[in-house]
Amino acid sequence: MNLETKTLKTDVLIIGGGTSGCFAAITIAESSKAKVIIAEKSNIKRSGCLAAGVNALNAYIVKGQTPETYLEYVRNDSEGLIREDLVYTMSQRLNSVTRKIESLGLVIQKDESGEYVSRGVRNIKINGENIKPILAEAVEKTPQITVLNRINIIDYIIKDNKAIGAYGFSIDENIFYVIYSKAVICATGGAAGLYRPNNPGYSRHKMWYCPFNTGAGYAMGIRAGAEMTTFEMRFIALRCKDTIAPTGTIAQGVKAPQVNSSGEEYEKSYGANKTFMRMYSTVEENKRGKGPCFLKTSGISKEEEEELFKAYLNMAPAQTLMWVEKGMGPSQENVEIEGTEPYIVGGHTGSGYWVDTKRSTTIEGLYAAGDVAGGSPQKYVTGCFAEGEIAALSTLDYIKGRENVDVDNNEIISKLNEVENFLNEEAVIYSVEDIEDGMQKIMDQYAGGISQGYAYSQGKLKVARERIDELLELSKGLKAQDMHELMLIFEVVDRLFVCKILIKHLEERKETRWRSFQENIDYPQKDDANFLRFINSRYEKGQIRIILRNLVRRDDIYEHRH
Amino acid sequence: MSIAIDREKCTACGLCRQVCPGSLLYSDGQGKTFIKYPKDCWGCTSCVKECHFKAIKYFLGADMGGKGSTLYTKEEGNLMHWIIVDFEGKEKIITIDKSKANAY
Repeated sequence: MNLETKTLKTDVLIIGGGTSGCFAAITIAESSKAKVIIAEKSNIKRSGCLAAGVNALNAYIVKGQTPETYLEYVRNDSEGLIREDLVYTMSQRLNSVTRKIESLGLVIQKDESGEYVSRGVRNIKINGENIKPILAEAVEKTPQITVLNRINIIDYIIKDNKAIGAYGFSIDENIFYVIYSKAVICATGGAAGLYRPNNPGYSRHKMWYCPFNTGAGYAMGIRAGAEMTTFEMRFIALRCKDTIAPTGTIAQGVKAPQVNSSGEEYEKSYGANKTFMRMYSTVEENKRGKGPCFLKTSGISKEEEEELFKAYLNMAPAQTLMWVEKGMGPSQENVEIEGTEPYIVGGHTGSGYWVDTKRSTTIEGLYAAGDVAGGSPQKYVTGCFAEGEIAALSTLDYIKGRENVDVDNNEIISKLNEVENFLNEEAVIYSVEDIEDGMQKIMDQYAGGISQGYAYSQGKLKVARERIDELLELSKGLKAQDMHELMLIFEVVDRLFVCKILIKHLEERKETRWRSFQENIDYPQKDDANFLRFINSRYEKGQIRIILRNLVRRDDIYEHRH
Repeated sequence: MSIAIDREKCTACGLCRQVCPGSLLYSDGQGKTFIKYPKDCWGCTSCVKECHFKAIKYFLGADMGGKGSTLYTKEEGNLMHWIIVDFEGKEKIITIDKSKANAY
């Protein structure tokens, strides 16, 4: 099948119209006359992590707290391994971006004095079911921003080591896109679907993270030789069993503790209250034969139960449906909890592009925001807005006085050929699904998935490394009958690239810093002397080069040395 | 986790197809929607909320403990009604005022 090539030009190309991408676009439009294209794989109205809604804003500086205390919380939760410059500059913007999203239409609860009502030390109460349509509407009514829905971006266009646009294709029409821009903001989100999920059969996509975030942003950066950081800090969410709905709403809302099958509160016996320890303690209780574990909700009032029903409908409707269908709500029965499969997601942990304080990646002209940007965990929704804003403002500085640059036509033809080669009706042995199954099985069994209690050894990682390389080879022979299938091919290839880098990072961190998230059986202790530093990598000429980097302090302005 | 689409009720307006974050919904040739990749549904209910004709109903897969109940929505001004119908046809309606924050 042959594709028609369509060439577009803009000032700033934003890849991914999710939380960070939409906010970055709005920021650019409000601060300049620059023209923006958002290239979105589905449709910005409900794409990305916020599709079903969100039930609270979890990063806000409430009264009595400061950006410094937020930084302290993140540093403690991540065992000291964070880019303080990034977390701090994000924290400083959390409240202004919150006011901004409120002005766009998000309902935030206020008290009599007009203060936002807090749900905890860092959270405020909202009605977030429609947060994504609100963002999308703000984008769509701005004439400077062109939204290209249902365009799958596959690689950056690089010239003289600078990002000058990106290649992609339509998932509906036989069109190959060459989009030139003076700067690019990558905001694709993180990577789900690397490991075998909790529900591996019919409900395989009933997962915590957006299953359509398949690591494209990471993979494009890896292939372009960008420096990546902290992939080994995986994120595993503690969730309600089967529905994989959030637990925080129950834990914080009705103050439900975690209990084991004997009803004992076990969390404190494992030490500090950190995100990864809530997960680890639950895994350990199960290992010790004390499972299943629950959130102790039985005994809450009927009114509290009704409020939980509503809260879940606004973000994870499966949970309410499950309770109602069972005829047994949380007031009568404790809620069983389990860990998810591991994800790579820089909005929660530190994985992603190694960026400078301005959110520029190591490739000139390429900026990163949200789940793809590393070094800055616990961003959540508002942190992604803040990072989108910072990346947008940095981009505007960068494009001043710059012109669009074209790439050599031969390069376009070679990329087009690469894409068209997959579009072929010839019968082949392996399907995308086969490759995906293989990848998820290998990652589960040899790189610390659910079946292994999240732990792995150096020996197992070696097997994982070899098998993922084999699958990468096999994936070259995949064939697509239509444009949607073509997207599925690129999604699995992107995830294989992410797995490859992830495995290398897991091998290099010869300690255990974050139980469950990064649990190396051969090196079960934390080793600050050798490993309180970043493990970074660059993929160059088919080889992964590891670079160790030191911590960056709060008031430092970090710059790349090109 | 997936959705069931009632062909009789589908008016071929196409709105649901535009919002699916996984682009899983396609036209069947007569403009009516079908889910091409049912196992890839995230369960976000974006399409359910988009359908004004109660043609799309959401259910839990049997592998998750689903028992055949379905869920759909109806908007009325600031109110969002969530209607759960069990396999015997018994309804439970939960109404959320969109202008108010969640209690939790």
